[in-house]
Amino acid sequence: MATLQAPTVPKAPPGMAAGLWRKFWRNYYVQRLIKGIVTVFVVTTLTFFLVRLMPSNPLEVYIQAQLSQGIPLADAQAMAAAIYRVDLSKPIYVQYVEYLAGLVQGDFGRSIASVGTPVSSIVLRFLPWTLFVVSVSLIVSFTVGVLLGTLMAYRRESWFDHILSAFASIMSAIPNYVVGMLIIVYFGLRLKLFNYSEIRGSLTPGMVPGFNLKFFADALYHASLPIITYVLTTIGSWMLTMKSSTLSTLGEDYVTVARARGLTDSRIQMAYVGRNAVLPLFTQLAISIGMVVGGSTLIETIFTYQGIGHQLSSALITRDYPVMQAVFIIICASVVAANFLADALYGWLDPRIRTGGR
Amino acid sequence: MNTLALLGSSLRQSLRIMTRNKVGFAGLCLTLFIILGAYVAPSFVPADLEAHVEEIYEGPSAKHLLGTDYQGRDTFTQIVHGGRDVIYVAALAALLTLAIAVTLGSLAAVLGGWADNLINAAGELVLTIPHFPLLLVLAGFIRLTSPSALALIIASIGWGSLMRTIRAQVLSLKERDYVQAARALGLPTSHLLFREIMPNMMSFILVQFVMSMTGAIYNQTGLIFLGIIPMVTNNWGVMINLAWGQGAIFSKTSTWYLMSPIAIIVLLQFSLISMTRSLDELFNPRLRVGE
Repeated sequence: MATLQAPTVPKAPPGMAAGLWRKFWRNYYVQRLIKGIVTVFVVTTLTFFLVRLMPSNPLEVYIQAQLSQGIPLADAQAMAAAIYRVDLSKPIYVQYVEYLAGLVQGDFGRSIASVGTPVSSIVLRFLPWTLFVVSVSLIVSFTVGVLLGTLMAYRRESWFDHILSAFASIMSAIPNYVVGMLIIVYFGLRLKLFNYSEIRGSLTPGMVPGFNLKFFADALYHASLPIITYVLTTIGSWMLTMKSSTLSTLGEDYVTVARARGLTDSRIQMAYVGRNAVLPLFTQLAISIGMVVGGSTLIETIFTYQGIGHQLSSALITRDYPVMQAVFIIICASVVAANFLADALYGWLDPRIRTGGR
Repeated sequence: MNTLALLGSSLRQSLRIMTRNKVGFAGLCLTLFIILGAYVAPSFVPADLEAHVEEIYEGPSAKHLLGTDYQGRDTFTQIVHGGRDVIYVAALAALLTLAIAVTLGSLAAVLGGWADNLINAAGELVLTIPHFPLLLVLAGFIRLTSPSALALIIASIGWGSLMRTIRAQVLSLKERDYVQAARALGLPTSHLLFREIMPNMMSFILVQFVMSMTGAIYNQTGLIFLGIIPMVTNNWGVMINLAWGQGAIFSKTSTWYLMSPIAIIVLLQFSLISMTRSLDELFNPRLRVGE
């Protein structure tokens, strides 16, 4: 490519620039990034207009509520404007642009339920907990699932394979919040394997966050139940996909050739089969991230874990729209970012994806 | 007359094929049993929703097969009466999901060009945005008072992955010889789509219908559990919500009130998933080896 294009440089520099430009846009990572940004933008727009334009929208309801308490219209509008960070005297598209500008600067407005608290501080306080639990769960589930799936493929039709297959199909039928409930009821309250009233929340009351072992141990202790729940409910699909992927890879010609060359079994299993069989699983990673982050609203509520998902459901119940709006945007942005990472990893591991299958 | 005999023999053959997969057939029977039970049994079991203060949180007995709830009402009666809504929403949501996905997927594949790009972009969007939080937010703005509205909302965000697969299937089937032959005969696109391509996707579409139902059951019971949608009737999701909120988990006898709706939901999900195996064999002749 480079040697072919080199002679044309002095003749037609604009064409060269256009070529580079096109190359830039066609780049795998650039395309993924743009898709992610567009997604977050659409989500932001959707929530903005839901709050403003729906019949009996929260903004109107809020103003009506203030009016009924005897507050004059101008004051009520000013209060609503402060909470939702909008200037109601301006046309809606100006409000929209100003809202977006505020978001870019990290200004999400103020909470209704906890009066006066900036929404951004709420998000910053609860987001790390969810990211911690979700990322640990995904990594554990993926790694263990891939290992078990590989073993199932090599020992297919054995008792090991049958038991794990049955486990995977049973777990796929049980909603994740039900798994959480069963853990609490049977392992916590009946068998007393853990103290239910103590393990709730994300930290023991009085624990000061800091870089010490005691803090990390406590955080992990409180996160263990949500993590176990996520892992139990997602690991089955990893195992089954890895098993079938390994089985189909075993039939590939390059594996037969590697065998014929007399390579050791362990080298074939790792470098030839394992590395190629795991690739299709990365396309599933995006779905799994969405499932786990989406499920956090339920799981965190069950374990009263102080994360962002819990905030979303409680904001909905208290009708705290600014918090709900911000949390939803942040959840979507995290999923988009995680998907981008997964895609980047996939593109790096499998060059065929990056170059468009050529 | 001839058609009747043909129908009879094909029914017998279908039954034989479906019973071959034991797990699948058991799932099918159990699903039919639960659905029939949810729709027929309520007319035989009277709904007694009076509070009985002297019978709060009792364990199972001859009088109360599954014990009683926090107001002393019979749990079994509530289970019998609480299935209709859940199944209705699940089936309607799955049907709408399928309708949207099939329409958009085949449109994208047949039209190509900018329509394809647009539909794909929309599909990618609904796939990326995490479903359950989106559902929560929508439920927060739109007053979901009717089960049909809930089903519509669930379907409107759940069609992404199915649309993609259908688009890919139509794209590949479209190039097959028999479709090309039909096209060469000058048959209209609708004929190609519904008479040549769709029948070949039947097994896949049916299996997806059932899987969409399980997804819809998760979504609606989750929404009800969080208390986001108004609880007008006593369905299984509402029972879980109340049991959790009223502290049914703390004693052995009261746990029955929480576990009964959980058990029936899990049982239904499991039968639905198992059922797909039999459906697959019935509608996908390639799976029938040694026939």
